[in-house]
Amino acid sequence: MTTTTSARPARPRRPARASGAGRPSWDEPPSPAGRAVKGLILALIAAAVVFPVYMVVLTSLSTQETVTRAGGLVTVPGELSLAAYQELFAGGVVTRAVVVSLAITTTGTALSLVVTVLAAYGLSRPGSLFHRPLLFMVLVTFLFGPGMIPNYLLVSSLGLIDSYWSLILPTAVSAFNLVVIRAFFMNIPGEMIDSARVDGAGEFRILWRIVLPVSKGVVAVIGLFYAVGYWNAFFNAVLYLNDSAKWPLQVVLRQYVLQGQSLVVGQASDTIAGRPLPPSLAIQMSIVTIALIPVLLIYPFVQRHFTKGVIIGAVKG
Amino acid sequence: MLRNGTGTGPAGDLTSPAGTGTSNNVGSTAEKASGGGRKPRRSPAPGPDRPFLARLRRDWPLLLMTLPAAGLLLVFHYVPLLGNIIAFQDYSPYVGIADSPFVGLSNFQWLLQDQSFWDATLNTLSITAFQLVFYFPVPIALAILLDSVMWPRLRLIIQGIVYMPHFFSWVLVVTLFQQMLGGAGLVSQILRDHGGQGFDLMTNPDTFLMLVTAQTVWKDAGWGTIIFLAALAAIDQNLYEAAAVDGAGRWRRMWHITLPGLRPVIILLLILRLGEALNVGFEQFFLQRDAVGREASEVLDTFLYWRTLTTGEWSYGAAAGLVKGLVGLLLILVANRVAHRFGEQGIYKRS
Repeated sequence: MTTTTSARPARPRRPARASGAGRPSWDEPPSPAGRAVKGLILALIAAAVVFPVYMVVLTSLSTQETVTRAGGLVTVPGELSLAAYQELFAGGVVTRAVVVSLAITTTGTALSLVVTVLAAYGLSRPGSLFHRPLLFMVLVTFLFGPGMIPNYLLVSSLGLIDSYWSLILPTAVSAFNLVVIRAFFMNIPGEMIDSARVDGAGEFRILWRIVLPVSKGVVAVIGLFYAVGYWNAFFNAVLYLNDSAKWPLQVVLRQYVLQGQSLVVGQASDTIAGRPLPPSLAIQMSIVTIALIPVLLIYPFVQRHFTKGVIIGAVKG
Repeated sequence: MLRNGTGTGPAGDLTSPAGTGTSNNVGSTAEKASGGGRKPRRSPAPGPDRPFLARLRRDWPLLLMTLPAAGLLLVFHYVPLLGNIIAFQDYSPYVGIADSPFVGLSNFQWLLQDQSFWDATLNTLSITAFQLVFYFPVPIALAILLDSVMWPRLRLIIQGIVYMPHFFSWVLVVTLFQQMLGGAGLVSQILRDHGGQGFDLMTNPDTFLMLVTAQTVWKDAGWGTIIFLAALAAIDQNLYEAAAVDGAGRWRRMWHITLPGLRPVIILLLILRLGEALNVGFEQFFLQRDAVGREASEVLDTFLYWRTLTTGEWSYGAAAGLVKGLVGLLLILVANRVAHRFGEQGIYKRS
């Protein structure tokens, strides 16, 4: 579809330097020394991000002997094994936490996306009925939050304490995400929408058939934002879930890795006389890896959309 | 475009009886010309001057779409906003908001006399100030560095890498730092292996300020470059060319073209940061409070949590939250006015 490209928010094209082109002719090439320094800095920055993640994943995949020989995190691959993961997924705290986190993330993201996209479209037409007060109502939430205590009292008076909905509903709509999608929708050429309307399409149909197909990128990015928010949800769970059997992964991660508490995994195979052992480093690092995996998996697919839709929308909004 | 004319209007309008006076093909200003225009009374500018019912008939699908989000915001933002009334009460959950006695401003009086409140405020402000100097410039420098990478593939890869930690949770980031810099972490381990002394940055209150700033840089500096990269991309390349032709070197071009080009964005973000001076993040400090102790790590948000949610002094906590929120609002408004004074756009426009 040619319309796909035309519907992207138009940016003044930069003269001279298209994004893919190399060095313009008037620019003198940098000195070899300068080039080397720059390369070194970039390599160090990249390593600072990648290296810790690499070590964590590697340690989680190493056998107990390899970890012991390394005396801590494993930096050089030795003998590999999936033992830690097998143990974690044999049932028990971590298995349950993963299921809880996955369920909250998928439910919450679906709900948030639907509600946010609908509202973004509903608010994308200036001059429609109640447009200004409704938009104002959304934007005010940027400026002033209600605060932790009243939030807690509300959730508790709604009877949502120890309910998974307490991790979804209060954070279901983000004004920022709404405004970003709305800005994108408003940049879609009016002719596309008008011609659909002339053809007899209603608003829901226009949104589904015309607007959403050209907005896949921004919706994917906002979906990632929401999903990451739910997957990473930590404090709300501490606040609203008293029942430790309901804890999502981040809380478990804190409990057993950051605070190094004992952990009952699997079928109590790692208990001595009923007392659980402190988790081994490999097990701890597998929990960290499990918390990392969804981000690492989804991220590459969404990354290319970051600058295109979202930021421009954010700047304009 | 003769196919339809007004024959089949928007789905919602088909059911409504004809003769409402307004065309079915309403809803957009740009529509005109195409739709046949049989009905003479179609108003060219749908807007506030139309009768309410006609607008409702035209816009109800839009309202319906906005309804769920508006409802959620109403319940989970505006209702608790009203709940702040307990800041002026001696609230007890057993009695309820309606029946709890009003106590005027006494909660606020206590708050202002509470030394731990001022300690938390001081901690918060020093973290903000420290990060303003040691965090804020990092994304700008990183963006300029990234923008200077001429090989697009390489640039994309590095961007992908440095954005990523933004999506890690604070639990994860703190855990990773603990594994690197903690007492049993990698760095101490290497030092010990080479006859040196180990150290534990994760429990040292004296270096806590640097630790949290390093964590923030690691997590968010890469993501922070996005907005600067967009601003860099918008700078007119002809300026660079003209300057280069006139003999300006790389560094002079950066000073005289790049930085002025980034100025509006830098000021905008500076304002946003100042407006958020009382918000330094919650989970990061909540997670590390046990390890480094209250003196160094208590910020306003953790103060709120420990002082009230764990003790049940709701009214006191609401008062503290309200003070924090109002001061934050004031800061944003002031910062924005200052931005206008400097001729910059700010976060909202002067109307």
